[in-house]
Amino acid sequence: MNRHASRARNRAGVWTTGFLATGLLGLACLLPGFARAADPADLEDRVREIASEIRCVVCQNLSVADSPSDLAKEMRNLVRELVQQGKSPKEIQDYFVSRYGEFVLLSPPKRGFNLLVWVLPFLAIGVGAGGVYLVVRRWTESSATGRPPVDPAYAERVRRELEGREGR
Amino acid sequence: MTWKKLLIPLASVPVILLLAYGFWTDPKAIPSPLVQKAAPDFRLAGFDGKELSLAGLKGMPVVLNFWASWCYPACHDEAPLLESTWRKYKDQGLMVVGVDIQDKEPNAREFIKRFNFTFPNGPDPGSKVSIDYGVYGVPETFFIDRQGRIAYKHVGALSPVLMEEQVQALLKGR
Repeated sequence: MNRHASRARNRAGVWTTGFLATGLLGLACLLPGFARAADPADLEDRVREIASEIRCVVCQNLSVADSPSDLAKEMRNLVRELVQQGKSPKEIQDYFVSRYGEFVLLSPPKRGFNLLVWVLPFLAIGVGAGGVYLVVRRWTESSATGRPPVDPAYAERVRRELEGREGR
Repeated sequence: MTWKKLLIPLASVPVILLLAYGFWTDPKAIPSPLVQKAAPDFRLAGFDGKELSLAGLKGMPVVLNFWASWCYPACHDEAPLLESTWRKYKDQGLMVVGVDIQDKEPNAREFIKRFNFTFPNGPDPGSKVSIDYGVYGVPETFFIDRQGRIAYKHVGALSPVLMEEQVQALLKGR
């Protein structure tokens, strides 16, 4: 009876240790995640990442992340606040767009009329490369056929003049 | 052969159209997405110590002006007009509210004293209200109708003609 009780106690001990170990292991896995979320450097990285996509509205082509202006500083603070409230980068961008319009985004969204901005340069490079290919092909073809054909009348005149020189 | 001759003029047509579009659009005129939309609510702790919020002005037409004491000459130019409009129309239910942005408090108080502002004015710590209204700089003025919608936005100093026109439109709106 006594032995039975001690075996049961041992088994319970093993179980407890197992649970504890699993729990600790799980906690250890979670910890880096918590540390990441609470790390101020990481928060600043995220703020910078979002702010670098938002235009400083009082500057010329500068992002809110790079501008030293007061308004940009306030906008960075607002981005930080929104990140801390758990807002996603998309939600934060949408907020600024709803206030300032799409102009506030440093790179235009890839849709509608804006698509031209993204597609045209590649299209122009494609057309240019095609043009260069055609021109080069024409050059190589004409040089491959050898000397250009000579006007028979001109050839005849050269022949006659040479004969005249030899005859003298 | 003829299509080759037409190719160059034809190819230049879209380029010319694109340039024409660029030349005819004013790069400085960026339409506010807020016009004809509900005005964002705001809270101001007035320089006079009284709290003010847009929600508290429900049913009243509001002229919301963003200014700063350092904004010279535009804000200085329009300041007397804001005060005279307020005095002229406050009995008809018009509200004029000033938001002082990116300013130093003593300078702002000095400005209020200098132009005898009697309508409510408050600072905007953290530029929260300014960003919420998509403000680029000072002065900017929003005309908010009785339904709380932004009827018109003006960038730069206000002229008496424009002010009269917009205020009349706000007062007529039911």
